Amino acid sequence: MPQIANSIPNSDHPAASSVVAVIVDWIADLGGVVVDWVIGLGNISTFALRTVGWLTTRLPRKETILPNFYQIGVLSLPVVALTGTFIGMVLVVQSYVQFRNLHLEAKLGAVINMSLVRELGPVLAATMLAGRVGSSMAAELGTMRVTEQIDALVSMGANPIHYLVVPRFLGCLLLIPALTVMADFMGVAGAFFYAVYLLGIDAHHYLENSQHFVGNFDLFAGLFKSLFFGAAIAVIGCYRGFNCDPGAEGVGRAATTAFVYSFVMILLLDLLLGIALDGIYFTLWPEAPKLF
Amino acid sequence: MVTAATTTSDPRESLVRLERVGVDFARQRVLRDIDLAIPRGQTLAIIGESGCGKTVLLKTIIGLLRPSRGMVYFDGKNLAQLREKEMTRQRTRFGFLFQQAALFDSMTIAQNVAFPLRQHTAKRPEEIRRIVLARLAEVGLPENVALKKPAELSGGMRKRVGLARALALEPEIILYDEPTTGLDPIMGDVINELIVGTRQQHPVTSIVVTHDMRTARKVADRVVMLYPIARLEPGEPQILYDGPPERIEHALDRRVSQFVRGEAGERLMEMRQHNGGE
Repeated sequence: MPQIANSIPNSDHPAASSVVAVIVDWIADLGGVVVDWVIGLGNISTFALRTVGWLTTRLPRKETILPNFYQIGVLSLPVVALTGTFIGMVLVVQSYVQFRNLHLEAKLGAVINMSLVRELGPVLAATMLAGRVGSSMAAELGTMRVTEQIDALVSMGANPIHYLVVPRFLGCLLLIPALTVMADFMGVAGAFFYAVYLLGIDAHHYLENSQHFVGNFDLFAGLFKSLFFGAAIAVIGCYRGFNCDPGAEGVGRAATTAFVYSFVMILLLDLLLGIALDGIYFTLWPEAPKLF
Repeated sequence: MVTAATTTSDPRESLVRLERVGVDFARQRVLRDIDLAIPRGQTLAIIGESGCGKTVLLKTIIGLLRPSRGMVYFDGKNLAQLREKEMTRQRTRFGFLFQQAALFDSMTIAQNVAFPLRQHTAKRPEEIRRIVLARLAEVGLPENVALKKPAELSGGMRKRVGLARALALEPEIILYDEPTTGLDPIMGDVINELIVGTRQQHPVTSIVVTHDMRTARKVADRVVMLYPIARLEPGEPQILYDGPPERIEHALDRRVSQFVRGEAGERLMEMRQHNGGE
């Protein structure tokens, strides 16, 4: 094996040995990052499984569930409704000129409503909620961690996952789909208002095309995805809060990373679930109507 | 060189027993080979400068932290071997007063004190209310405090609410984490009196972590002094003193006497050398 032996840099040569040292350090750093990432993934998976475990064995009391439902559901309603309305109207503004050039204005309703219920409604509602609810969970639980309130819970024989995480998880799981329905409805209404009353598109054809192309499965697909988005927002927000670094900076970082990780997870889940749901749809209805 | 009096009590009568307990955080060693037995009814003060691992020791005793090495026994049971349900049951026998009281911000004072009762008993709301008011009265707080939030109270009042919460289930052992830190001398003494009074009213074992020698002298039957591992010689015990509070003044180890007298001494020189070397 003389070639291999010759290819190993001579350690007597200082420049060569320093290059080897840099490469070895770089590989070690990369290895460290990968190991940390795998440990983090394992920890968050265990955290999620423990949450689901409690969900299936003993639900928290209504005194702990209701305030969380109010925070997640009722207080998010205005911002989600506003987001939905503007998304619907913006979609009309952006698409109208292109469709008019092709003389397909009447099909605008089908495209916009399909995009809203399958994609933009669930994803943008979830993104808004990742910012409003996920970050707030991370900050609240992070503050409880740094002020020893979570330790106090444990010392009094209460399970912090059962007491703090399960109500938030349940709230996100049930109410984020409900808020998605609201975002969809407001988006559809906003788009209809702009298209029909401000751009003068014929209401009958707008609605007829929407009805023809947007089916129950599309609505189901959007809501099905939002279930996963809700679960991801709750698990990531609570996990970041539970594993918050000490001090105000740690709490701030927990809130920021909760939003960033939730957003990335929403996009990833959206892609994977979109592919899976399309596969199911075309398997069940191979002759489904197509837009063009 | 080192005054490390061994405990004279029979280990079989100990409510809490630590055997060669060590705790590490990542690569940092915080506790090393701690052997400690705390008999029922005793009040033990754990003293030592900041960062020597006093709070870590307290949290290891209640199972909030798992020891990296060694074993912690509570009432003869090895905590590491208990299942979660059994561990929860054992924790109801503890009361814990945290350094900053750790009251739940979102709850009122009454809800905070009632929390352990709601978690672990089937008492009716009226009875819980009666116990909450009795506990608040015991720590010298008026009834009108019950509906306030923790943020509306002073530091001393929060500590007293924390003590009322720790007493709610009538625990067998109470752990106090720096109970007088951040309080003025008068309020600090009020808390010390409450610790003494609690012991007189309830047959409890107490462990008080503090760096306040006045507290240690006033409340403790026995004092243990921990020293930071980083400044110990290899193989030196981390417990520099274990004995009655009245004898600590005469400890042979100069680090103990310096701590008791509050003299910076060599520490100041070490810090100056460190700063000069940077």
